[in-house]
Amino acid sequence: MAEIAHEHGHLPAGHGHAESNWFIKYLWSTDHKVISLQYMFTGMFMAMIAGFMAYVFRMQIAYPGMNVPFFGHVSPGAYNSLITNHGSIMVFWVAMPVLLAGFGNFLIPLMCGCDDMVFPRINRLSYQLFFISAVVLIVSWFVPGGGFGGAWTAYPPLSAVGKYNLTPMGSSLWVLAVALEFVAFLLGGINFIVTAMNARAPGMKAFDVPLAVWMIVVASLLFMASVGPLIAGAVMLLFDQNLGTGFYNPTRGGDPVLWQHLFWFFGHPEVYVVLLPAMGIVAEVITVFSRKKMFGYKTVIYTVVATGVLSFFVWAHHQFVAGIDPRMANVFTVTTVIISIPIAEMCFLYIATLYGGSITFTTPMLWALAFIAEFLIGGVTGIYLGASGADIFFHDTYFVVAHFHYTFYPIAIIGTLAGITFWFPKIFGKMMNETMGKIHFWGTIIPFNFIFIPMFFLGMEGEHRRIYDYTNFPDLANPWAVSMRITSTVALVVMLLFQFIFLFNFIYSMLRGPKAEKNPWKSNTLEWTADSPPPHGNWREMPTVYRGPYEYATPGRETDYWPQDERA
Amino acid sequence: MSVKTIATQRASMNIPTGRLAVWWVLVSEIVIFGGVLVSYLMHRLGHPEWGEQAAYTNMWIGATNTFVLLTSSLSAVLAHQAAEKGDGPKAARLLYLTVLGGLTFLVIKSFEWTHEIREGFVLQSGGFWSYYYTAAGLHAFHVMAGMGVILWVANDAKKNQELHRVENVGIYWHFVDIVWIFLFPLLYIAK
Amino acid sequence: MTSTAHAPAHGTAHGSAHGPGDAHAPHRNYVRIWGILCALLVVSVVGPMLGIRWVMLITAFGVALVKAYMVAKNFMHLDIEKPIVHWILLVALALMVLLYGALAPDVQKGEGSGWKKDAGFHHSFVTSKPHEAGEHEKPENAEHGKP
Repeated sequence: MAEIAHEHGHLPAGHGHAESNWFIKYLWSTDHKVISLQYMFTGMFMAMIAGFMAYVFRMQIAYPGMNVPFFGHVSPGAYNSLITNHGSIMVFWVAMPVLLAGFGNFLIPLMCGCDDMVFPRINRLSYQLFFISAVVLIVSWFVPGGGFGGAWTAYPPLSAVGKYNLTPMGSSLWVLAVALEFVAFLLGGINFIVTAMNARAPGMKAFDVPLAVWMIVVASLLFMASVGPLIAGAVMLLFDQNLGTGFYNPTRGGDPVLWQHLFWFFGHPEVYVVLLPAMGIVAEVITVFSRKKMFGYKTVIYTVVATGVLSFFVWAHHQFVAGIDPRMANVFTVTTVIISIPIAEMCFLYIATLYGGSITFTTPMLWALAFIAEFLIGGVTGIYLGASGADIFFHDTYFVVAHFHYTFYPIAIIGTLAGITFWFPKIFGKMMNETMGKIHFWGTIIPFNFIFIPMFFLGMEGEHRRIYDYTNFPDLANPWAVSMRITSTVALVVMLLFQFIFLFNFIYSMLRGPKAEKNPWKSNTLEWTADSPPPHGNWREMPTVYRGPYEYATPGRETDYWPQDERA
Repeated sequence: MSVKTIATQRASMNIPTGRLAVWWVLVSEIVIFGGVLVSYLMHRLGHPEWGEQAAYTNMWIGATNTFVLLTSSLSAVLAHQAAEKGDGPKAARLLYLTVLGGLTFLVIKSFEWTHEIREGFVLQSGGFWSYYYTAAGLHAFHVMAGMGVILWVANDAKKNQELHRVENVGIYWHFVDIVWIFLFPLLYIAK
Repeated sequence: MTSTAHAPAHGTAHGSAHGPGDAHAPHRNYVRIWGILCALLVVSVVGPMLGIRWVMLITAFGVALVKAYMVAKNFMHLDIEKPIVHWILLVALALMVLLYGALAPDVQKGEGSGWKKDAGFHHSFVTSKPHEAGEHEKPENAEHGKP
């Protein structure tokens, strides 16, 4: 007989057996906070692997043929596997789990005033599936032939034919891992959407919901709507790889461009799927640390929805040189350039939020500001690529690599760090060290720019991407280009070294940091009214909401903030 | 033993969470099946010769299976009706009938496919057949998954527990039926 | 003071079959609807037997659309479902229309300037020969004249 809980709060005894043993508490839990940490730690672990992969292949690029410390000699096949898995991991096993599943799981119930998600056991299942997908991917690196080497975009026939990609087992395991990851996130997404739609605290109307939740929910919607055709496509690719079908084989009645379309129909909305949570996190941080209302809260929401809709109409800008009809390319140029408008508008809204605010440069705020600045560079450089004429030159050059790192890195790393440093006190009940935080910040941001700015110039000079050894290209083997590559690589090594400061700060603070109060940042949103860290069930008495999330600096009040659950 | 959170029981949008969630599942399924079927449609319309291959599918078996699924949808909605009246055991019996319908569907399909494979039409036989087995196979997978979930719901329903789930699992099953309603002309009739 | 009742302002769903604010499902004769569906099935089967292509297409797909509509309305109770559900389903379907509309000009093209798509039936299973494991290699070899 199900134990039905009262609105009064914590669940009765039949439910509270979570203290039983370590295994149940940490590996079999249905508590959204535990699950969010599972996702975040898995994501952070995979990030370290993918970062190491970047180090290895960049060493090969900068010093072709060298014996890379901690790895060895990089063969052409290994190079292909490294770049493929670096990209795949960063998108599917870092950005998605940390930003969407990690922060989503932690924040949605807390910010909406719930005791947990609406389907806790499906939540647990989604993590377990995700975990299995990560294991499958890791296993793929150790099978004969090694990890998949056909690029994260997996275009057939390279990805479909083992004779071409030289990683037949790895490529099937890769497809399987990606498919499992998709199913995990579909399940998780439904949980997020239904919880945010249907399980809000009494008094919390739609426009009282914090932007972080709105963004994560819209992102889940975008994911759900766009991933279906690719799941179908992935099944077809798996069949082509292993069962001798010809879905993507023109001599068998299939079409390789079909895969490209299915992939990018998902792939473009996917970048907004990861962008939106990061923007949501940044919105929360900048309002708190400028003590100001969000400028144009409703406008931000409408803009985000519009961006989401538009994101379904731009995907073929990845295929300008794939042989599509030039008239089709025209259409997609127009839509791609148009979509920069709502995003730019959101950046303006964020800047307007900061303007005139009482700004404190805490570590989370530094990360949030860096997000806006660096993402702007990424967005602006995307316009060159969105114009099909220019893209004919830029496609498959390092200009593209630089562009997407200037967007993805702010999303996956800068946004994440803003979120981690901001919510660390709530998640772990301890404060992180500010000094270490600031050193880590500068030691990351400055090298980051030195990694990728050279790549814009290299791209303009025509340097192709996905090349194992540039000494084979006389035009690109000139001293200037070589020095640019070395600059990038050295900057990467420096940046990676600075991450140890973050790791140390994280672990040390988690174990021995100063105890955090409930609301150290004096924020309005509901998660700050729970204990740090919140107990199972989050509150003893569930909150009721009386106002929106951004009532800062309200005239006539003693304090410059006004929590959502404080009675008028 | 269920993990009923307070969150599960709220209804800010005035629709029960379970039912809302099933509709969202259907949304994601529409785009998955849509992906397969749109791909198939484009190839089918672009390759008129595929019609010759399609001539080898057996329309009578397809029609029989359509009838089976329609009937199983009937028992599913009657189960919902029983659940609404609070008659859990009756709902469970009707749900078991639905599962039986699904099983019949799968048995007929396995005979059908065995015959076709013996005739030499396999997954790798060319474009039409690849899509035929993939689309129908994906559908059959959803039939099996649905049967599993229905059994689980029926198990609670016969004890008069969680009766709201009868409607929700029915909605999923009707969707599986609708997918087949479209697969039937796409794979069997259009020749 | 927080609410003490089981049903705060937004309503809760209990163990019963439907939630707050729902109209009771109207009394429908489900068996009668099933009968109509079966009749429609017969129509769609008879259509092709008349031999006229467009009749066959209309009966086959037209009937499919009507059947789907009837199942959705009467069995899934979509007609009394909340508008939000209609919206999300419509958006999903519209996306599939978009997918087809955008991909078809590219993928559905059978030929262009200097190229033509192959139907892809090189494996000669069309001869209805019984299939044995591994045999599918042979026809191809036979085509290429290998011993």
